[in-house]
Amino acid sequence: MSEETQEQQSAEAAPSRRTVIGWGGAGLALGAAAAGGGALLARDGDTAVPVAESGSAVPFHGAHQAGIATAVQDRLHFAAFDVRTKDRAELIQLLKDWTRAAERMTAGAEVGDGAYGGLPEAPPDDTGEALGLKPSRLTLTIGFGPTLFDGRFGLKDKRPGALVELPKFPGDNLDPARSGGDLCVQACADDPQVAVHAIRNLARIGFGKVAVRWSQLGFGKTSSTTPDAQTPRNLFGFKDGTRNIGGTETERLAKHVWVSGKDAEGPAAWMDGGSYLVARRIRMNVETWDRTPLGEQEDIFGRDKREGAPVGKAKEHDAPFLKAMKPDSHVRLAHPDTNGGATILRRGYSFTDGTDGLGRLEAGLFFLAYQKDVRTGFIPVQTSLGRADALNEYIQHVGSALFAVPPGVRDKDDWWGRALFA
Amino acid sequence: MRAVRLSVVTAAATAAALTAVTGCTEKSDAKAEDGAITVVAKDDSCEVSKTQFPAGHVTLAVENRGSKVTEVYVLYPDDRIVTERENIGPGTKATITAEIKAGAYAIVCKPGMTGTGIRQQVELTGAGAAATKRSPEMDTAVAAYRQYVQAQADATLPKVKVFTDAVRAGDIEAAKKAYAESRIGWERTEPVAESFGDIDPKVDVREDGLEEGQDPAKDWTGWHRLEKALWKDKKLGAAEKQLADTLDKDLADWVKRVGKAEITPTSMANGAKELLDEVASGKVTGEEERYSHTDLVDFKANVEGAQKSFELLKPVATKNDPKLVAELDKQFAALNTLLDTYRTDKSSYVFTSYEKVGKAERKELSDGVNALAEPLSKLAAAVVK
Repeated sequence: MSEETQEQQSAEAAPSRRTVIGWGGAGLALGAAAAGGGALLARDGDTAVPVAESGSAVPFHGAHQAGIATAVQDRLHFAAFDVRTKDRAELIQLLKDWTRAAERMTAGAEVGDGAYGGLPEAPPDDTGEALGLKPSRLTLTIGFGPTLFDGRFGLKDKRPGALVELPKFPGDNLDPARSGGDLCVQACADDPQVAVHAIRNLARIGFGKVAVRWSQLGFGKTSSTTPDAQTPRNLFGFKDGTRNIGGTETERLAKHVWVSGKDAEGPAAWMDGGSYLVARRIRMNVETWDRTPLGEQEDIFGRDKREGAPVGKAKEHDAPFLKAMKPDSHVRLAHPDTNGGATILRRGYSFTDGTDGLGRLEAGLFFLAYQKDVRTGFIPVQTSLGRADALNEYIQHVGSALFAVPPGVRDKDDWWGRALFA
Repeated sequence: MRAVRLSVVTAAATAAALTAVTGCTEKSDAKAEDGAITVVAKDDSCEVSKTQFPAGHVTLAVENRGSKVTEVYVLYPDDRIVTERENIGPGTKATITAEIKAGAYAIVCKPGMTGTGIRQQVELTGAGAAATKRSPEMDTAVAAYRQYVQAQADATLPKVKVFTDAVRAGDIEAAKKAYAESRIGWERTEPVAESFGDIDPKVDVREDGLEEGQDPAKDWTGWHRLEKALWKDKKLGAAEKQLADTLDKDLADWVKRVGKAEITPTSMANGAKELLDEVASGKVTGEEERYSHTDLVDFKANVEGAQKSFELLKPVATKNDPKLVAELDKQFAALNTLLDTYRTDKSSYVFTSYEKVGKAERKELSDGVNALAEPLSKLAAAVVK
């Protein structure tokens, strides 16, 4: 059986939300989907599922959290939360409740007792807008921000060295109301309604314990973790990050993304199998960009617009010859060779939040990058970009956050962050 | 303020009025019919000739042998009014008739027309007696809440008069000072007032709540119209003085009708949640008191009213969902503590002007409201479980 056929089958086997309930719960449905779809749907230690058909379910349990090496879905709802409770036990209970809800939602099931059929006097447990929709490859990925380790929850000694405060990069114009957060949840799905539903229900479960600090919707993935596929374009119309780490590139993932070995020692021991996530809201001035001559646009990126090939090359995946590019071109400055080998896994999305008060498209790139250590990943890359990138004339970083993303939830008894709170 | 959406309670009350009870009082002091139940009201007693009689068409022949003007009520076990007769002068007689179903009731005389009155338990016999049997615990909760609502309404009128008197006197500063305080009783019990459907749009509507075709100059009445006159237009003319009279009149109507509102344990629980909804949609945004910026006073009053419902339902809710009750205790305390940071004196209702409450602080207040409103939405289920 070819991989493609198997995936199609798994997509067909993917139950609708209501069917799942009918079968008696998320666990059962997950088992059924995995059996129907074959081994492809099960994630073992280091490898992730290759691209799956829209509609299918991505297994929630595994050594790493889904939503990192998982083939990038079409849509995003990312939310950062402040923890309101001062009670460690209450925070732990919330993480357990969230984990159970995430298991159900990623399997395409409703939260709690569902969206209807309960007491008429009570609001339903599930908000209901994802009824009848397929799991849509929903992944929910949790992260812990530096502020969670400020002493409120006795976690000071467990703050990993890699969970630094990001330095101020040249050109940053960060809005505190769109930055930071004690916790984050990244919801990716092929259907925006499914992603929004997931964050909305988690926020609801969290009221009183946590409060949404900020959130961001994203569409049109701007990077791919399936390198054989064509690289998606950003809102400037360019391909970027063509050498992104693939979800199946076990060695590169181990080298650049998953925390392990000496990086998972001491205060960071609980991070074994985890990763670090940088989120940046990058506003793009599309109107001025659109008035820029084609030649200049291509010089700025260091690629041609049609194919996405690096300067002087023919294909997008051809290795770039950096010296042929202008010294301030984006690709040249972002390339690992310019930054001591710094390599990150990118899963960014385009965003537009309508139009700003001046009639300009309130749009940009919601940049998400995973790495083993930001000190050797995002920081050197952004330092070189912030200083000299020709693109800076057209973009501005307006939001920023960093999160330690713990390893995956192993099974039904495990929960998000268990090792951290052990 | 919610002018548009008629609450479920209204529909329920209307249905109840049509099907369950047809209460009416006759204007004349005609001689009581044969077989009537006699009620002799004195200053210190309320003598009913029978404590058990057949359900159906009931006639009460009332005689006031006391020295004070009195009123007589027939009440459901939860203190809701079945029928009533006011202003029965000393030495006069009155007849009260009503179609009453089988069940337990109270006949109450109120000498001087104040206080809780003198009570006589009666039982109406016949088919369907079992159907009216209810949980005594819930009846206690509803009766206590009804008393609270009535007391709030009664206490509001004099405070409103301080406000409207100042308006009539053209004293802008005094009117401004009395404005927020005059709304507290209303804000504490708003869902009950809203259940009548017609009073809320008269007294608590904002300019943007008017319908297409309504003229703000003619059709906009109530507190917020005067709020605008005081803080924005900064003038009190003949129209405003007229509006003060109208506000007094409309609120007097409210006070009279509060006793007849349909209140159930479920409507109490949902009313508490609705009070938090009011905060979340109008107060926390600063829309409600856009001219006076006294939003935090309303905010506090809404929370107090919700808390009252919760406290009264607690004995029932604790049995069914002790965890929820503990969570609500905690969140009410947290929100009240947060609100206290905006007033210097906990015994007064002087709060920081909402204009001076920053964006981050408003977010904190909003988070606090969400933290309370989410578990509060589960109270009704905990009560009826």
